[in-house]
Amino acid sequence: MSDNLIEICDLSFAYSDRMVLKGINLSARRGQVIAIMGNSGCGKTTLLRLIGGAMRPTQGLLRVDGVDMGEVDQRGLYRLRRRMGMLFQFGALFTDMSVLDNVAFQLREHTDLPEEMIRDLALMKLNAVGLRGAQDLMPSELSGGMARRVALARSIALDPALILYDEPFAGLDPISLGVTGNLIRRLTDTLGMTSIVVTHDVHESLKMVDYIYFVSEGVIVAQGTPEEIKASELPYVHQFVHGEEDGPVPFHYPAPSYAADLELSA
Amino acid sequence: MINGLLNGVRRLGHRVVDMLWRMGVSTRFFLLLLLHSGQCFRRFHLIIREVFSTGVLSLIIILVSGLFVGMVLGLQGYETLQTYGSEEALGILVALSLVRELGPVVAALLFASRAGSAITAEIGLMKATEQLAAMEMMAVNPIARVVAPRFWGGVISMPLLAALFSAMGILGGWLVGVVLIGVDEGSFWSQMRAAVDFKEDILNGVIKSFVFGVAVTTIALFEGYDAPPTAEGVSRATTRTVVTSSLAILGLDFILTAFMFSGV
Repeated sequence: MSDNLIEICDLSFAYSDRMVLKGINLSARRGQVIAIMGNSGCGKTTLLRLIGGAMRPTQGLLRVDGVDMGEVDQRGLYRLRRRMGMLFQFGALFTDMSVLDNVAFQLREHTDLPEEMIRDLALMKLNAVGLRGAQDLMPSELSGGMARRVALARSIALDPALILYDEPFAGLDPISLGVTGNLIRRLTDTLGMTSIVVTHDVHESLKMVDYIYFVSEGVIVAQGTPEEIKASELPYVHQFVHGEEDGPVPFHYPAPSYAADLELSA
Repeated sequence: MINGLLNGVRRLGHRVVDMLWRMGVSTRFFLLLLLHSGQCFRRFHLIIREVFSTGVLSLIIILVSGLFVGMVLGLQGYETLQTYGSEEALGILVALSLVRELGPVVAALLFASRAGSAITAEIGLMKATEQLAAMEMMAVNPIARVVAPRFWGGVISMPLLAALFSAMGILGGWLVGVVLIGVDEGSFWSQMRAAVDFKEDILNGVIKSFVFGVAVTTIALFEGYDAPPTAEGVSRATTRTVVTSSLAILGLDFILTAFMFSGV
């Protein structure tokens, strides 16, 4: 068994004729938390969707747990997805089911376990995210942070080997943000999973990830451990980590000259 | 001038191509739905739940509308039949109108606006809030788990709702004709029993409502599944469901009536 759960080699992806990702090389070892960072629209969510098998690479190799995602058929993809969890940006909980039923959903769909055992397993997952007491609530009764934690419990229901997180920190208050970050780290370590976190929250990520890839305009522009990233002098990384307004990512969207737009004569 | 004409032709061409493309996609959707129906029949409780939300929750509007339609038929029918001195035939008029036409058609129109719009909005919102994508990521096919049970729930509910609509309509006709106006009760029921044929009238009405059920539920599910994942997209899809379903019901009714009752 390869030490790398995810191997991406020279991967490119295009929406019809618009290139979104170009020559991406990335790997994730088992047990690691990897962050993919970059400004909005840089292609990081597309990369996550490619890893999850929602789209196929236009070119290059993408292998998840030994499965070539460019070649896999739907049956193989579904088999792989039983070993994969995904946390969506706003949780994507099933609104017609209680918290407990949401967490038990995959267990009911994919196993023949008796109902009592399914309930116990779902309660254990909810306990791991601190929300056993919320088992009977409906998703509409949860706060944003609680919904994210229930979704996290749901994504670990089948003890997956890989979890993909799409902007897990977006819109959370500082307490929920810290709780979510700690949970991602703790669950990864406890369950021996691999976690891929797509985010633009630099400070929370630097505290809990093992390795970071920076994506800009579809290419990886920097990578390294949190210490290496903090010490990086690369202009893009510096601008991103310090939240500077102007730099390689310009403040202004490309436009003709200001004077010409205001029709001012020279 | 020529440019304007060419643009017009080009726009028309785009519309035709779009329409054909949509027809192809919806046919593929319908076939996939049938292909994945086996799983939901093995878990019949999923279908029962949908029969409740599309059928049982539509009962009030169906029963009340049926009663009033029947009462109006009683009044109007009596006025017309009285002119020819054949008010005893009121039972036949009410029953045949309801069982052959008004029951299946009006119940289906009400079903499209009550249950069809709800199905589209629900599926569209599930898509917009990434619930369907989440299901896909959990290796659960949304067509098998979400779409197919709703389809069969709607298809089972529709003939039952149409039958209840007709029954309430006949009750309404009796209330107005017999109880209020004073048409002879014996003639009302006996003429109705003699004139309404099980195979010719009732069975054909059931077939009609089954076909309407298939059409309305498929349109509602497809519009929801195909809706752009935005508030505006879902609202437009919901409107399209009601408009397209209503036109489909009326068009199909004409075709079915031509085959069933005209000896074509």
